[in-house]
Amino acid sequence: MSQIKTRSSGVQAAVSAPRHRPATGPATVLRVGLSRIGYETRIYFRTTDSVFFTFLFPFIMLAIFTAAFGASGNIGTAPDGSGGISVGAYYLPGMLAAGMLLSGVQNLAVDIAGEKGDGTLKRLGGTPLSPLSYFLGKIGQVLVTGIFQAALLMLVARVLLGIDLPTAPEKWLTFAWVFLLGVITSAFLGIALSSLPRSGKSATAVVIPIVLVLQFISGVYLQFYVLPEWMQNLASVFPLKWMAQGMRGVFLPDSFASLEQTGSWDFPLIALNLAIWLVVGLVLSRVTFRWIRKDT
Amino acid sequence: MELSPPVVRVRNLTKSYGSFEAIRGISFDIEAGETFALLGPNGAGKSTAIEILEGYRDRSSGEVSVLGVDPQRGGLAWKSRLGIVLQSTGESGNVTVTEQLTHFASLYPRPRRVAEVIEAVGLETKAKTRISKLSGGQRRRVDVALGIIGRPELLFLDEPTTGFDPEARHQFWDLVRHLKAEGTTILLTTHYLDEAAQLGDRAGVINDGLLIDIGAIGEIGGADARVPLVRWRDASGGLLEKRTQEPARLVAELVAASGAEPADLEVIRPSLEDIYLGLVRGSRPASGAPDAPTTASDAATPRNDTEVLA
Repeated sequence: MSQIKTRSSGVQAAVSAPRHRPATGPATVLRVGLSRIGYETRIYFRTTDSVFFTFLFPFIMLAIFTAAFGASGNIGTAPDGSGGISVGAYYLPGMLAAGMLLSGVQNLAVDIAGEKGDGTLKRLGGTPLSPLSYFLGKIGQVLVTGIFQAALLMLVARVLLGIDLPTAPEKWLTFAWVFLLGVITSAFLGIALSSLPRSGKSATAVVIPIVLVLQFISGVYLQFYVLPEWMQNLASVFPLKWMAQGMRGVFLPDSFASLEQTGSWDFPLIALNLAIWLVVGLVLSRVTFRWIRKDT
Repeated sequence: MELSPPVVRVRNLTKSYGSFEAIRGISFDIEAGETFALLGPNGAGKSTAIEILEGYRDRSSGEVSVLGVDPQRGGLAWKSRLGIVLQSTGESGNVTVTEQLTHFASLYPRPRRVAEVIEAVGLETKAKTRISKLSGGQRRRVDVALGIIGRPELLFLDEPTTGFDPEARHQFWDLVRHLKAEGTTILLTTHYLDEAAQLGDRAGVINDGLLIDIGAIGEIGGADARVPLVRWRDASGGLLEKRTQEPARLVAELVAASGAEPADLEVIRPSLEDIYLGLVRGSRPASGAPDAPTTASDAATPRNDTEVLA
């Protein structure tokens, strides 16, 4: 147990020896942050809770909706019953939006609250890890898992459910920015929300109801156009409605735009609302994040 | 010979939680290369004091300098010179020992080699095992490994050997001696007084938020506390004891006086544990009710710590 080899012995040597690499500085923040993306992603896929309730949840919901309502015919049909799109095709954008919200908000809020509760953050707070590197690792983990989840959802939709995906390049360009903006916003909101639960154990109890209610009022589980106007207006305050609308704008036929509140996809409004929430999430994360709850 | 500044310097440190004073003014220094044992019963203020030095908690008043820096303003470069082994934590541990150490090594400017540290804490056979699958004592070794991976100048060991079996504890002592030999300054808290005696150069005893004694391990408690004790049973069966600097002479006199071997004869040289217990008990309020509520003007005192002896 005691064979630590002495590369340079003594405090004196430790103080004066040339540093192998700096303990601080932008390059270190970036290097460590990038290495934490891999570390965090590995842990994510090893944690049963996150795989089931965050990663696989949209798949399960898509399967349930398709199985439950698939037999009742297409959505958005002409008066004679022709046309329209399948139930699966209608719900796919909602599930993609739900995945963005779960991968960011639910995943990080529960994860970080848990790390606060079990001592992980306290340990990290005693190391030269910059909080920026830590954030970078978490956001990178959300991006990697979110992209993987979305790609797999589209693959399942295409291969198993036979849903047609868009072919126009501009649709995929829209998908890219809505997805990236939405996922990163979600990630920051997750970090911000993680300071709300008083303990790691209570985290799911605090976080799940919030994301669940949002999913119901934002057009993920229920068709947004059938909701009462007051509920639509309430949902418009929160980011999930805009993520779902953006995804509908990518994956649904343009004729479905008439079902939206203003009769169009409103992409500039989507960008504006998500950008506002991104700033809110960023500021709240920065202000509320602590390695440990310091006493007063 | 030129004196280098102390690695840790504490002056009149206090810490209050509401109306509860956890630390009521303590001062001490830890010199470079020294191993300092901070002893005291649970709730005495040890962990609060250590966490102030580590930068986790802010002090209420007093001066603190650690490696020349005020811990409340310690940045990342300062943290890279520390090694912190906290009291045991409950992390989920979905990474292997090697993965965790490799990651933590990447945080420090001059880390030790991962394989070397794993060997040093005796976890070679568990290197590829997830931390969640380890026993309590093995997880504790991971804690120690994470504390030394960054090649710290100052190492905090807060009850490091809790849950170790005797062999692991002796191996750990060897490891600490090796770190000492490299010049690492160490602040140790422990409930095992033999551990403090084995590893410590000096010790401080905290009780009720006050430093009640401080000194070299071999001198703490004063000369009087170290006077050997002779205990025996007299002819009528009564247990007698006597403190004397000359125990052999006393025993010889007993044999000469009674002409027989005294029953249940013991010559006891007080261990650090005996001395420590004497110190802690001696510093208690004379009422004999250590856990009686302190004069609480405020009924909502946040912590009314009862003291449990180590």
